[in-house]
Amino acid sequence: MSLIFIVSIVIALAAIGYVLGVRRAVSSADGDQRILHSLKGYYGQNVALTVLVPSMLVLAIWAIAQPLLIDQSVSGLLDLEEGRAQSLAMADVRRVAEGLDTAIAQGALTADAAANMDADTTDVRDLLGDIGVAIGSDVTAETLNAAQRYRGLSNTGSWARGFVVLAIALAGFAFALSRITKDFRARNIVERGVLVLLIAAASVAVLTTIGIVLSLIFNTINFLQAYPAADFFFGTRWEPSFSGRGGSSELGFLPLIWGTMFISVISLIVAVPLGLFSAIYLSEYASPRVRSIAKPMLEILAGIPTIVYGLFALLTVGPLLVSAFGQGGFFGVDWMSGGTAAMTAGLVMGIMLIPFVSSLSDDIINAVPQAMRDGSYGLGATQSETIRQVIMPAALPGIVGAILLAASRAIGETMIVVLGAGAAASLSLSPFEAMTTVTAKIVSQLTGDGEFNSPETMVAFALGMTLFVITLCLNVFALYIVRKYREQYD
Amino acid sequence: MTDYKISAKGVQVYYGDNHAIKDVNVDIEDKTVTAFIGPSGCGKSTFLRTLNRMNDTIDICRVEGDILIDGEDIYDPAVDPVQLRAKVGMVFQKPNPFPKSIYDNVAYGPKIHGLARNKAELDEIVEKSLRKAAIWDEAKDRLNAPGTGLSGGQQQRLCIARAIATAPEVLLMDEPCSALDPIATAQVEELIDELRQSFSVVIVTHSMQQAARVSQKTAFFHLGNLVEYGETDKIFTNPEDSRTESYISGRIG
Repeated sequence: MSLIFIVSIVIALAAIGYVLGVRRAVSSADGDQRILHSLKGYYGQNVALTVLVPSMLVLAIWAIAQPLLIDQSVSGLLDLEEGRAQSLAMADVRRVAEGLDTAIAQGALTADAAANMDADTTDVRDLLGDIGVAIGSDVTAETLNAAQRYRGLSNTGSWARGFVVLAIALAGFAFALSRITKDFRARNIVERGVLVLLIAAASVAVLTTIGIVLSLIFNTINFLQAYPAADFFFGTRWEPSFSGRGGSSELGFLPLIWGTMFISVISLIVAVPLGLFSAIYLSEYASPRVRSIAKPMLEILAGIPTIVYGLFALLTVGPLLVSAFGQGGFFGVDWMSGGTAAMTAGLVMGIMLIPFVSSLSDDIINAVPQAMRDGSYGLGATQSETIRQVIMPAALPGIVGAILLAASRAIGETMIVVLGAGAAASLSLSPFEAMTTVTAKIVSQLTGDGEFNSPETMVAFALGMTLFVITLCLNVFALYIVRKYREQYD
Repeated sequence: MTDYKISAKGVQVYYGDNHAIKDVNVDIEDKTVTAFIGPSGCGKSTFLRTLNRMNDTIDICRVEGDILIDGEDIYDPAVDPVQLRAKVGMVFQKPNPFPKSIYDNVAYGPKIHGLARNKAELDEIVEKSLRKAAIWDEAKDRLNAPGTGLSGGQQQRLCIARAIATAPEVLLMDEPCSALDPIATAQVEELIDELRQSFSVVIVTHSMQQAARVSQKTAFFHLGNLVEYGETDKIFTNPEDSRTESYISGRIG
């Protein structure tokens, strides 16, 4: 029984349940809606929810559990060690099984012929190739056998799924309808249903986060088993080898985090003063007219995709910097040999961060009570004295929070660095040299053609994990500061 | 000509299209407490704020007419509103200490106006102001504690000390006791009476008893008009205008 078929039956049942529920409620009150405990719609919703929720829940659990159970049962037939070979063989089994199903659906095989196929007499690979299913190698009797078993189990599974889900839906239908009387508290039950729905929505986000963190942690542990932790965290050279010779890679973390920090600091040096000053101008000096134009303009900067900033860095800022600091350049110094450098990426990233800093700081400055300004003006202070000595100290914790949030954005930024900073990992002190960051290296490690479970690719998880921990700490610290500040004026 | 500290002639104030103060003439004497009373929205706070040009910070506010302090027009383009506000201090309805230490709150004005030659002099100004505002005994052991940590009444006295510290000639108080309990109110009122010896004090209040207790002169505002202005005793016992009588006897307002 196909999934769509089951789902549409359950939904239809829920719709019928709604109508019947409403009718039954009204008739139980002899047609007088006023003596019902709840509005009549609630009785219908109660039936519909009782049909939908348990059956869909079972369907979802089934959809996750069935492939796992079948894989486990079929892989027993293959007589292979656990690990990569087994997962590859299982992929073949699945393809053959799907191919046979497709062949039957297209009429190239009868169901009987497919069921009684013999790998020794039939070239299964050719046969499936004809109908458009490509198999990597010749199909052995063992694989075919496993595929047949796989088909059988899936088939049984999907029928069983259909029956169980429909039975639950019907049971819910009957149960909910039978409970309807004029005093039944349908409204309260629907209310609880809504609560459960909202909790479920909230837990999706939380569970996803937990899932991502767990996957990062386990893969990081895997990596650290294949590569010494001390070499990773304290290594000063980043020279991955993709030749697969093994052991020749140097995966030192320090050059990458150095690049990340260097570029982030440059970007903050650009973004913090510009963002802060524009926030002060917009919130304290600008007339409402100027503000209504300038603020959206500034916030447009935040809407530009980072890849566009990356292009800007690569094509405009880089060459501009070379013409200023490169050989024969404007300043006559030969500091810069190529357009891609820490400076290029840092400057452009700083521009990207301006709206972050300014719009958060603007909100925080506006949150300083007018009474503070009045008090200061009332003592004969000028506007800039008031801002420097009263508003800034009052807003400082919030502004620090805004800067920390911008910093964690800078640390996590990828595209600008990939395009603007170059790819060479170096521990250089000069901002005019090419540098690379943790994020950029994660990209290059995973887009290479290395095997997926070699240390050279697994290192991406360890890098991601470290980055995650750093930005998490920054964010927690920022939120802590912002929250502490908020308590002051409420 | 006269020894009036402030004299306002034909003052009109507009908030956008709203005519908030209509043709007010008033002469305020030096070393007296003048109370402005009237129902909410009658313009008494607005008028108070025109006296040190605090309304300048509101974009849509427009002031016409003459306001002279010591015979000088304060709306003359040559007058620096910042200097003016140092001379005409202000205490607000809600205590608004800065998020700084008690010492820095009081030292704020003297510091920005450069009133002290050295640290010792600044210390002296701070102590004198706190003593005058009757909060020295409570604050002397915690001068470095944040001003926001004081109680409401203490905060208001701190704000008064802060206003006194710039050595103003006129002190404007906008309902200084409305956020305070009766005990703190009594302390502040006592303080206002002492301050009269050094400054001209103008106080806006909702409490007629307070006006009667602390002021020598009272002005009654109604719907943007100055209805009656005169000796406090006379206003409260024998008002000339029927509206004043209705208000102080509780029939309107």
